[in-house]
Amino acid sequence: MNGALLSASTGTMSGADLLALFSHFMLLSVLSVGGALAASPEMHRYMVEEHRWLSHQQFVDGITLAQAAPGPNILFVMLLGWQAGGWLGAAATSVGILLPSSLMTFYANRWRAANHTTRLVRAIRLGLSPIAIGLTGAAGWIIASNNNINIKLMLLTAVTIVVVLRTRLNPLWLIGMGALLGTAGILA
Amino acid sequence: MGAIAAELTDPKDNAVSGDLAVALPRPSSLLDLFVTFTSLALHGFGGVLPWAQRALVEQKRWLARDDFVELLAFAQLLPGPNVVNLALMVGDRFFAWRGAVVSLAGMLLLPAALVMTMFLIYAQWSEHPVVRQAMAGMAAVAAGLILATALKLALSQRKRLRWLLFGAAAFVMVGVLKLPMLTTLALLIPVAVLIAWQVERGPLP
Repeated sequence: MNGALLSASTGTMSGADLLALFSHFMLLSVLSVGGALAASPEMHRYMVEEHRWLSHQQFVDGITLAQAAPGPNILFVMLLGWQAGGWLGAAATSVGILLPSSLMTFYANRWRAANHTTRLVRAIRLGLSPIAIGLTGAAGWIIASNNNINIKLMLLTAVTIVVVLRTRLNPLWLIGMGALLGTAGILA
Repeated sequence: MGAIAAELTDPKDNAVSGDLAVALPRPSSLLDLFVTFTSLALHGFGGVLPWAQRALVEQKRWLARDDFVELLAFAQLLPGPNVVNLALMVGDRFFAWRGAVVSLAGMLLLPAALVMTMFLIYAQWSEHPVVRQAMAGMAAVAAGLILATALKLALSQRKRLRWLLFGAAAFVMVGVLKLPMLTTLALLIPVAVLIAWQVERGPLP
């Protein structure tokens, strides 16, 4: 079954398909406030339902793995592109999703830094900071509430918070411990 | 092209993105920048943000906690992945556009190769119960890391009830009610910035 997942991919897209994929991800990039995961329902509609470039299961596996692997979650977009159209597909989705938003960020940040002491930028900084922190907390909460359907996992999350706030222990130890406890079947 | 590059890397231009209030250490080179971002990205199981905060604020001390929150706030407001936007801003602050490119490359290149490799292996094992349980344990820790980072950043902020309320509102709307990010931002930002506009009426502190 998972062998099919691998062999079902790569290199079947035409040049026109690749261009359409690239353009669509450029558009999604501009709209992806809050990160690319917020835009994933639209990616699913476009790639799975409209064009059938990959299956629903392939789509879900791509997102799951990119979240489990180290590195920015945005890399799930590369896995979707790879499954749809091989290396060129991966390049089309990755560059497409990153280029427009990065250029916008670059110039918007220059404007922010150049006007750092003006009342408008000071007001934006003061008003946005608590919202940014609240959203960061929400991101942690969403992962916790998705995964922590049992009390042991909730306890592990709580212990992690206390250890990070109270000690200087490298959090990699905690992640390793989480993997170990899971592997040992203690968390099930 | 050379003239443009020279102009953009001129130290005076760094002042454009160099809004440093106190003297903090700087990355020693583009390589330092690349290695730091590669390293923090590769630590980021279940989320890079806690590692970015740890590396940039606590270990390298390139950013004060306030600076970090400010850049994060803008990174979240703009389209694109937050940590990727943050890396780009930090790189630009120290080495202009070349720093932005190098930070992005550091954040993405090796992790992309790793994710691709893991994907090819994972495809064979994804249904195995032990793999699923190990991933659940790691996800629970990852959630704790992100929540602890939010708490740390919150403790660095001005303790005013109104800003606490905005933080709590953002948390509840996105985390608990699962409202779309765009809706939440569209509702909260105008009110928050308007209040802040009134607060910032006076001269620079």
